[in-house]
Amino acid sequence: MKKTPIISVKNLVAKYGEKIILEDVNVDIYPHEVTVILGGSGCGKTTLLKNILRLFQPYSGQVEIFGQEVTQMDEPEFNSILSRIGMLFQNGALLNSISIFENVSIPLEQHTKLSAEIMEKIIRVKLNLVNLGNAENLFPSELSGGMKKRAALARAIALDPDILFCDEPSAGLDPLTSASLDELILKLKNLLKMTIVIVTHELASIHRIADRIIFLDNGKVLFTGTLKEAKKTQIPEVETFFRVGKF
Amino acid sequence: MDNKAVLEYQNPVLTFSGNIDKFNVPGLIADYQKLKILRLERIDLQDVEQIDSAGVAFLDKLMLEFSDFKPQFIHANESVRNTINTFSSLQLPVAEKLKTDNFFIQIGGGIYKFFETSASALYLVADIFYWAFVGLINKKGQRKGSVIQQGVLIGVDALGIICLLSFILGLILALQSAAQLRQFGANIFVADLMAISMVTEMGPILTAIILAGRSGSAIASEIATMQVTEEIDALKMMAINPIRYVVVPKFHAITICIPLLVTASTLIGIFGGLIIAVTYLDLSAVVFFNRVFEVLTLKDVLVGLGKSFFFAWVIVIIGSYYGFHVKGGAEGVGKVTTQSVVASIFWVIILDAISSLIFYF
Ligand SMILES: Nc1ncnc2c1ncn2[C@@H]1O[C@H](COP(=O)(O)OP(=O)(O)OP(=O)(O)O)[C@@H](O)[C@H]1O
Ligand SMILES: [Mg+2]
Repeated sequence: MKKTPIISVKNLVAKYGEKIILEDVNVDIYPHEVTVILGGSGCGKTTLLKNILRLFQPYSGQVEIFGQEVTQMDEPEFNSILSRIGMLFQNGALLNSISIFENVSIPLEQHTKLSAEIMEKIIRVKLNLVNLGNAENLFPSELSGGMKKRAALARAIALDPDILFCDEPSAGLDPLTSASLDELILKLKNLLKMTIVIVTHELASIHRIADRIIFLDNGKVLFTGTLKEAKKTQIPEVETFFRVGKF
Repeated sequence: MDNKAVLEYQNPVLTFSGNIDKFNVPGLIADYQKLKILRLERIDLQDVEQIDSAGVAFLDKLMLEFSDFKPQFIHANESVRNTINTFSSLQLPVAEKLKTDNFFIQIGGGIYKFFETSASALYLVADIFYWAFVGLINKKGQRKGSVIQQGVLIGVDALGIICLLSFILGLILALQSAAQLRQFGANIFVADLMAISMVTEMGPILTAIILAGRSGSAIASEIATMQVTEEIDALKMMAINPIRYVVVPKFHAITICIPLLVTASTLIGIFGGLIIAVTYLDLSAVVFFNRVFEVLTLKDVLVGLGKSFFFAWVIVIIGSYYGFHVKGGAEGVGKVTTQSVVASIFWVIILDAISSLIFYF
């Protein structure tokens, strides 16, 4: 069975000023799978995610999401695509001036016409999924680093997106919380049929959740394939990573 | 200390003993400079007990200086050898030097950057006005009550300081001129002076400068912080236009507040003048006010209020521009905040000069 990709990145080049960060990157993300993006610090993982989501305009190349070319799309059209995508930023990126509850409510208010009562229920459920049921009235500045990440995850899944991007969700979390986060991600994949793209370095968590691996090195794709293929590959960097969990 | 380090030279061997650490290295370097070393082939570390990264750096320096003879370490014990391997700087990659362009490239780059900056500033201005207009009709993408909240921050909270300073400024202006006017028996003209200067100039400019300092800096630092912490990206991700969500409420709030603040400032300033007129120049309040209303024209009032709107918009636009273009982390936020205050005060004064030229030249 050959699947068609839900996101397809073709010949993507990304630059900050003169500095080339991504060089001719080609990757495919397949539906209902967990794709893990791997690579050393500073190799351009966050940049890749942001270019896919047009938070930076790619220097050249194409990005197709749900089968549509998005790099040249006009804003209203692209916004309707964004409403089907959630993103957990590396630093959480919660809005600091409003409470956790309000943070999670923003995407709902923005994209739906649900009544306040229904929204409230949805928000409570999402916050409980990330074990923050009792923190809804706190402000981001009153949360620990790990709690911020979890609150941001609740916001990212507020609209039950088709695709969820997570930039290092478990960095800074203790192993227990991190394992429960993995469970949540598997649940989202299996029950809600979400497509999930995760940047993570944690070997244990990769073994638990990954279906497919994209390995970046120095702005280039070194390896793409399923987890099984990744474990057997001869490419030295990838092989080392899967053996010792380091780059 | 008893574990002093000692350095001995016997052509072509240099022998160390003791601890080569950060406390002894300065002394070792002094000793070393006294020695006249011509050839160095071996460095004997047999009696070295300990070495740290400062010691290794010193050895590296020797190795480089005498690289022609390819000096070798001998008799180093295992822990010393390990430390040397860990801290040696000889194998480190050299960081790429930043190129500095030649003079003409720099000038060209400067001009190019100026146009680029102007273009992106103009885009921002267009965006802000467009969304501010749309926001009058359609409040989607703005938080409920944000205009009122901003109004309190920008207007109500600034009212006290603006009134206080205007009052003091009124007193000073009147007092300074009263001394002169009295000599000519022209006491009544203090009313003219206060009315015209407060309404057309002092009220608007004082208010604008205080707003630039209070609100302009707040706008720049808030937006810059949101940019740095990826909050702006998160807004875009949720299909919320950051200008609509962050800037438009401030724009509306400042537009509502500034005429009120300017009016308050003007009235209080004139009131300060009145106090001097009554106490120092023996004028009665009735005479003073009659004179004030006599000299003021509608044009003065409209020009004073009219230009204050432009001051307000300049403050919001410059604050947002610097906020959105922040570079770097927390340090960048501080930098753009300062820059935005300086730039907005500068442009407020330039605009003021332009309006004087247009209306009073
Ligand atoms: N705003 C920026 N301006 C200039 N250069 C940047 C900017 N953001 C990132 N970079 C550069 O782009 C490169 C890739 O950054 P990116 O954030 O994508 O790395 P990453 O793979 O996500 O790393 P990490 O695992 O540490 O998060 C880095 O070398 C960094 O120096
Ligand atoms: Mg990153």
